[in-house]
Amino acid sequence: MQGIIRVYPSRPVSREREIPLTKQQSRQPKDESRRRFLKYSGAAIGGAVVGGVIGGLVGRNLNKAGKNEGAPPESTESPAVQRDQDYNQALMFFSQEQFQTAEAAAERIYPQDDNGPGAKALGVAFFIDHQMAGAYGFNAREYMSPPFYKAEASQGYQLTFKRRELLALGLDALNEYSQQKHAKKFPKLTPEEQDAVLTAFEKDKVDLKDVPASAFFAMFRNLAIEGVYADPLYGGNRNMDGWRMRNYPGNQMSYTNEIEKEEFIKMEPLSLHDHLQMG
Amino acid sequence: MMANKLPKVPVVIVGMGWVGGIIAAELTKAGINVVGLERGKSRSTQDYYHVHDELRYASRYELMQDLSKETVTFRNTEKMRALPMRSYGSFLMGDGLGGAGVHWNGQYYRFLPYDFEIYTKTVERYGKNKIPKDMTIRDWGITYDELEPYFVKYEQMSGISGPPELPDHVGHMSKPFATPPMKTTPAMKLFTDAATKLGYHPYIIPSANLSQDYANPDGIERAACQYCGFCERFGCECGSKADPVVTVLPVAQKSGKFELRTHSNVTEILHDGKKATGVKYVNTLTGQESVQPADVIVLAGYVFTNVRLLLLSKLGKPYNPKTEKGSVGRNYAYQVNGASTSVYYEDREFNLAMGAGALGSSLDDFNGDNFDHSDLKFIHGANIRFTQTGLRPIQYQPASADTPRWGQAFKQETIHNANRILGVSGQGASMPYRYHYLDLDPEYRDSLGLPLIRLTFDFLEQDRELVKFIAQKTKEIADGMGAAKTTMNDTIKQYNIVPYQSTHNTGGTIMGDDPDTTVVNNYLQMWDAENVFICGASNFPHNGGYNPTATVGALAYRTAEGIEKYIGKGGSLV
Repeated sequence: MQGIIRVYPSRPVSREREIPLTKQQSRQPKDESRRRFLKYSGAAIGGAVVGGVIGGLVGRNLNKAGKNEGAPPESTESPAVQRDQDYNQALMFFSQEQFQTAEAAAERIYPQDDNGPGAKALGVAFFIDHQMAGAYGFNAREYMSPPFYKAEASQGYQLTFKRRELLALGLDALNEYSQQKHAKKFPKLTPEEQDAVLTAFEKDKVDLKDVPASAFFAMFRNLAIEGVYADPLYGGNRNMDGWRMRNYPGNQMSYTNEIEKEEFIKMEPLSLHDHLQMG
Repeated sequence: MMANKLPKVPVVIVGMGWVGGIIAAELTKAGINVVGLERGKSRSTQDYYHVHDELRYASRYELMQDLSKETVTFRNTEKMRALPMRSYGSFLMGDGLGGAGVHWNGQYYRFLPYDFEIYTKTVERYGKNKIPKDMTIRDWGITYDELEPYFVKYEQMSGISGPPELPDHVGHMSKPFATPPMKTTPAMKLFTDAATKLGYHPYIIPSANLSQDYANPDGIERAACQYCGFCERFGCECGSKADPVVTVLPVAQKSGKFELRTHSNVTEILHDGKKATGVKYVNTLTGQESVQPADVIVLAGYVFTNVRLLLLSKLGKPYNPKTEKGSVGRNYAYQVNGASTSVYYEDREFNLAMGAGALGSSLDDFNGDNFDHSDLKFIHGANIRFTQTGLRPIQYQPASADTPRWGQAFKQETIHNANRILGVSGQGASMPYRYHYLDLDPEYRDSLGLPLIRLTFDFLEQDRELVKFIAQKTKEIADGMGAAKTTMNDTIKQYNIVPYQSTHNTGGTIMGDDPDTTVVNNYLQMWDAENVFICGASNFPHNGGYNPTATVGALAYRTAEGIEKYIGKGGSLV
């Protein structure tokens, strides 16, 4: 992956949005507060989905396998954690490094905050991995026949890249760019540095060899949002917590009795999985 | 592979959406044998067991045409090179049994009397100079009063739910809607009250989502809408939203005179230059080619399919914008959206996940020629509405324009706003122009090697002026809705095929009374081949300030009557 990036020397990206990023950073919970948040989140929604938030553990184990080596396996045997075993959380497409990069980047797109969990706890990187492994990643239902010409903005996507190709290239480029700027890979950067890197891609301040960095960023951003809010069957929106934050009720069969009501009605969301169980 | 030549049939229909379904039902009821060809698969309500899936249906376009096989190419002007629409954006072509009639919202508006005589009425009131150079509006060759009985047929068949009376400035109804109006939500009430206070005439949107259980004249029974919020881009799992599969196709099937062939993609209308002899189609699963001879051929596809088939088959005279001669591909029009005001509430949340595709209130005080255009730089107007169609969290990310598109501020604002914003918007009419048209792309081809249809279209001064004016009206209403703030959008830029706008594409096989510049007469019979009938929004010489399905449905009943007459006596029906 050498040489796919050229930084515009005249535009030092790290300074671009220093002030807003600092402001934003100050609102980001750190690892310590994240644990506090997990408790808060479980309490706020009645405790039923605590397991889901702990789902982040799988990601942590992948990320920092070494750190947990000494931990006895019995520590995962509490009922809450057992319920949380999700064999769907494994990789179909990403390399381990791409997964970690996607997870870290998605968390910056949709960070955990006082509203509730972020992309990482919601399993968004698994969602993206699974999407790239299937028809969507291959642009299977899209017109990808040549010839390819330079397009006007009004004519839409005209690159030769399939989504999975663009995504893999972009994630690798995030790391290469981070390495150049900060001598670290993207997941190891501070959130502030990560935001600056992502902004550089978003604003095309980074020159990828064959594609606009912004095309990668826009696609990644949309995938992250989809992973937050798609039905949990796709691997993101873990335990419907993405929906809960917005008070979105998910898959309900009828609102006939509520549609005329003046007051706002909060409902425990239902997923398609619930529908399957109901028959 | 040799084409498989089949025995001749009386009628073959290309496309099994609303038009194909209605014509199949009407003709088979009259005892005529019909073969229906549908390029997609079969469908029923059972397919929608897990339909409440925003990702699959709304974001991944489960019910739409597979663009890897066929798409359209697009350019704004003739100076640009047209490029293929590689992924979905501006509009969504349906596929499979029921076509786009499956994934619609169900909003039902008869076009205004003004629409059908737009040229005459505009000249009468404002003079010829009101019509700008190259704007090619024309009368439709049929009046509202002539089409009125066919609207009634569609309403009774589909069980349209609507108010007992509509304002005087929309077309007179000889029979009330089949069922009472949909329920009224608190947000609808806010819109209605604000509009009424301003002296406007709001009414509950007529809806093909049933307000109550309904049995239609054909004996088809359907259940009331549950307001589940999954209409547009989705199929209805309880059959409450009228679609061809739950209304007209069962009637055709029951007759014993209808044969449906799915996975049958028609590639050519066979003809001898005077009359058509049949159609050629490919089985999309096996690749087997078949020739189906028929006495009458009906094109009942979406706009692009109808036009493309004529051009591929060299049937009719292709439109040439340089000479303004010819007819096939002429008068492509769209929908002029963009005039809108967002209404922000701080102290109040609405149940916006709940809704139905056609749930809402609207007014026509600034639609058609219901207001004086003397001092305005545009003609026609827009239906102004508030709709509550069910907001879903992937596609609906309510953040103001100055909020970053990602990160904590984005998350915070979209969560806060999720149930706090209402929208008042205009659905603007779209006028045809000399240089807006459909033809065959010289370069790009479909998966069978046939040229794609090429679309040349842009928004012009008329559209920008319309949006500017209608936006002010949406703001005026929105400001009366008791909100913390309102923000207006009153600009429309170059037409861009990327963001979704509307699946209301019109024109290309327009109707009228001039055989040289229109494709079909007012029975939707082709001037250049008397045994070919072409029906759909492709017949519209312009697009009104409304959703098109009501008018398409009425034209389909008119076509069915025309075909019956033609089978009886032959020759031109006009």
